[in-house]
Amino acid sequence: MDALLNPYWIQIFELACVFAVSALGLNIIYGYTGLFSLGHAAFYGIGAYTAAFLMKSYGGDSQAAFLAAVLCGGAAAAAVAALIGLPTMRLTSDYLGIATLGFGVIMKVVFDNADAFLPELGGARGMTGISRMTSLPWALGFLVLSTLVVRNLVHSSYGRALTAIREDETAAGTMGIDVFRCKLAGFTVGCAFAGIAGGLYAHLYAFLHPSNFDFIKSVDVLMIVVIGGLGNMSGTLAAAFGWVFLLEGMRFLLPPDYVELRWVVIPVLLVATMLLRPQGLLGRRELPFLRGGGLQ
Amino acid sequence: MDYFLQQTINGLQIGFVYALIALGYTMVYGVVRLINFAHGDVFMVGAFIGLYAIDRGRLPLPVVFAAAIVGCALLAVVIERVAYRPLRDAPKIAVLITAIGVSFFLEYFTSLNQVFGPNYYSFPRPFEVVSWEIGEVTVTNIQAIIFAVTLSCLVALQYVVYRTKAGKAMRAVSHDHVAAGLMGVNVNLVITFTFGLGAALAGAGGVLYGIAYPQVNTFMGFVPGLKAFTAAVLGGIGSIPGAVLGALIMGQAETMTSAYLSSTYRDGIAFLILILVLLWRPTGIMGSPRADKV
Amino acid sequence: MKKTIAFVTLISGLLAIGAPADAKEIRIGLITPLSGDVKTFGESVRNAFDIAVSEANAAGGVAGMKIVPVVVDDRNDPTEAANAANLLINQHRVKAIVGSVTSKTTIPVSDVAQTYRIPTITGTATNPKVTVADGRRKDYMFRACYTDSFQGTVMAKFSRETLKAKAAAVLYDASNDYSKGIAEVFRNTFARLGGRVVSYESYGKDDVDFSALLTKIKAAKADVLFLPDYYNKVGLIAKQVSEKGLRVTLVGPDGWDSPELVKVAGKAIEGGYFSNHYSPEDTRPEVVNWVKKYRARHGKTPDALASLGYDASNLLFDAIRKAGSDDPAKIRKALATIKGFKGVTGRFTIDKNGDPIKSAVIIRIENGKQKFLRVVNP
Repeated sequence: MDALLNPYWIQIFELACVFAVSALGLNIIYGYTGLFSLGHAAFYGIGAYTAAFLMKSYGGDSQAAFLAAVLCGGAAAAAVAALIGLPTMRLTSDYLGIATLGFGVIMKVVFDNADAFLPELGGARGMTGISRMTSLPWALGFLVLSTLVVRNLVHSSYGRALTAIREDETAAGTMGIDVFRCKLAGFTVGCAFAGIAGGLYAHLYAFLHPSNFDFIKSVDVLMIVVIGGLGNMSGTLAAAFGWVFLLEGMRFLLPPDYVELRWVVIPVLLVATMLLRPQGLLGRRELPFLRGGGLQ
Repeated sequence: MDYFLQQTINGLQIGFVYALIALGYTMVYGVVRLINFAHGDVFMVGAFIGLYAIDRGRLPLPVVFAAAIVGCALLAVVIERVAYRPLRDAPKIAVLITAIGVSFFLEYFTSLNQVFGPNYYSFPRPFEVVSWEIGEVTVTNIQAIIFAVTLSCLVALQYVVYRTKAGKAMRAVSHDHVAAGLMGVNVNLVITFTFGLGAALAGAGGVLYGIAYPQVNTFMGFVPGLKAFTAAVLGGIGSIPGAVLGALIMGQAETMTSAYLSSTYRDGIAFLILILVLLWRPTGIMGSPRADKV
Repeated sequence: MKKTIAFVTLISGLLAIGAPADAKEIRIGLITPLSGDVKTFGESVRNAFDIAVSEANAAGGVAGMKIVPVVVDDRNDPTEAANAANLLINQHRVKAIVGSVTSKTTIPVSDVAQTYRIPTITGTATNPKVTVADGRRKDYMFRACYTDSFQGTVMAKFSRETLKAKAAAVLYDASNDYSKGIAEVFRNTFARLGGRVVSYESYGKDDVDFSALLTKIKAAKADVLFLPDYYNKVGLIAKQVSEKGLRVTLVGPDGWDSPELVKVAGKAIEGGYFSNHYSPEDTRPEVVNWVKKYRARHGKTPDALASLGYDASNLLFDAIRKAGSDDPAKIRKALATIKGFKGVTGRFTIDKNGDPIKSAVIIRIENGKQKFLRVVNP
């Protein structure tokens, strides 16, 4: 039993929690509001660097400061999201995707050169010296809290408005929903979660490098949301945990001489999953405590 | 002034290479509304086919191009049948994720030692580089070949799309695939043909790229693919001249940023231009606004 | 029933991996990128590690213990590298680690190793923060290669003093730690020695078209162009330098070291200079044997990364022999006090930061071959 509860598996579990928080955010953006965002990792990064910088400069080792730093990370991500959202929310699906992708690239360039204006941030040389604050209680705590917030949001009238927009924007507008406001809100809230997850990540691995926040990472979290089932919280949670554990688990399942096959097998599994269950693993079914009353 | 001219030519060179890749993206999107993320990797395979054809096969250049074109077209057809066609009626995002999966698979699988291998391989240039000095500006024969091949591909493509029956069928399916099917068009065949055609262009692009930048590696397709896709969107995705225009603009934006500002901001500025253009014209420069029927 | 059996088997399998090794064995881990964009470098290091391990085991092991290697892939991703280190230490219970290859993956590895007090040595990560970060020395972390500052200084001095260059241009990869670090040091040193840095431009990891930047550099009229990157990129740039008719002397650091460089660049790299750990013309028996062995197993000459990986592995094995046990604290102490170790890439003495004190050589590319020019001492 000792072998399974060792620090390695615990950290993997914590990483899964962090991923899940980020994925819940993207689920709000894409799963519920239908906004195709390919720049999620950029907001994750904004949260990570903000929280890390604040904590490193002012927080020291205090738990309260850590909480504040992570929330600030979320706030920073939300602020930037609102700024970006203002002009881009009127773009349609694939174009919004490209615009957010573009934003992601721009942020990566900013991260790579961040040391030019704030040497603490390290730029492409990486940011070190972050204290390891994200423990199991924090990771689980944030995950549970995020899940509750998302659940309540989704089952509120706000959430229903978002779903209405996803299903048929024109009809929703005719029904009196302020489409633009709701989209912007959905986008901002989703990115806030990404920022919080980023702050947690920074203090879990204690090292930040811009390559952690590139387009491929945005694709990773998008895959999780799609595989879990769009607009399905349980699916997102399951897929986030499944993804992290699959990646690490493959190390054991493959014989030692074939370690490099890990990343050949994974895309095959991905394609197979999509072919066999394009609506996502859980489709529209939610776990009992995540179901609201009334219509889904 | 000469500096500016020289940089403009540099920009044209990279712009034309992006254009060849962008054409494939735009064509496929026009017909099936899919962002084929695997397109950049098909381009990579084209470059490797070129590498083997020149290095091991010692084949003459036109045959090399032909081999890459045919090889890539076949690859794309297989991908379409195996991975995309079964998802024709599934939510769009599922196909997108599948395309991403295919892209990763191509990159990692070909990097295995038993396939292409992980190294950076030098692409043998089948001819010597010749530069001509026109005034203070230098133009190389490589640039000339890139311009020539891309322009001819573009002309050929315009011909196929607007002057042949196959092209008409493509345009019909792009407009409304249900109606086209009802009119007797074999939609599956058209889609397969489109994929093949786009991939053929990517294959040719791969060989050109290998000649111009003589180093290939199984991850080389990803970034040019992304930039070409961005260019296609910039120009209006679904529009063939738009793709070329977008690609040329991207090429110039990148080059001029490096030339006059700093290369550090190059990618950032290129995407900033994209975002600004999209804000001004949400469907790209030459894209046609799609009316949503209520 | 079937599911239960499968589950129990899986759990037993996992538990078995965590079981302590045989008393006469010592588990040593290797973290290296075996997939992803720098797979080729990762494989070089793995090949070297494999050779070192089989040699040590053939000679009866280290301190009477047989080495059981555990190899994990980090895909050149910082998160995966940290996970890999965690895996090796907490699941496989290794006593020491060799790894990783790039600085961005080695820094998180060093943090994990330091937390769990497992001696770790990298052959190729050059960022100073690997061994000393934020004013703290991570005393369980060591390295076998120069830090960025050393090579940047060596080549800047060489350019100013020997090549008598007045104007230098630098072209580096902004997303590559190694490249950026050495570029900065070169720039600062060159300026400090009275030279002018007329152009300081960067490119991205996947860039292949340098026309715009080279045209800019041509207009800036530099004498020397410093290219601190790996051989694959340098070869490509060099070719374009000659195509653009740019008349500069090309200089660089040890990333140039590979037979591939001349293969890609051909005549374009002729007359270029780079700093390295050793010269292939070196007649020392260690070097000759190493090259022969690597060629026999892998059919090609070892590149700098392989040679450094070999030395890093052997430094570790030597330390274990000196410590006479598999106790990580004793191994660490032995590593910290290594003096005069005869490696393939030079004679090593480990300094108080866990970095090696060793000389460099300057190599000139002549007639497509590496020609030894001179030694530079620290």
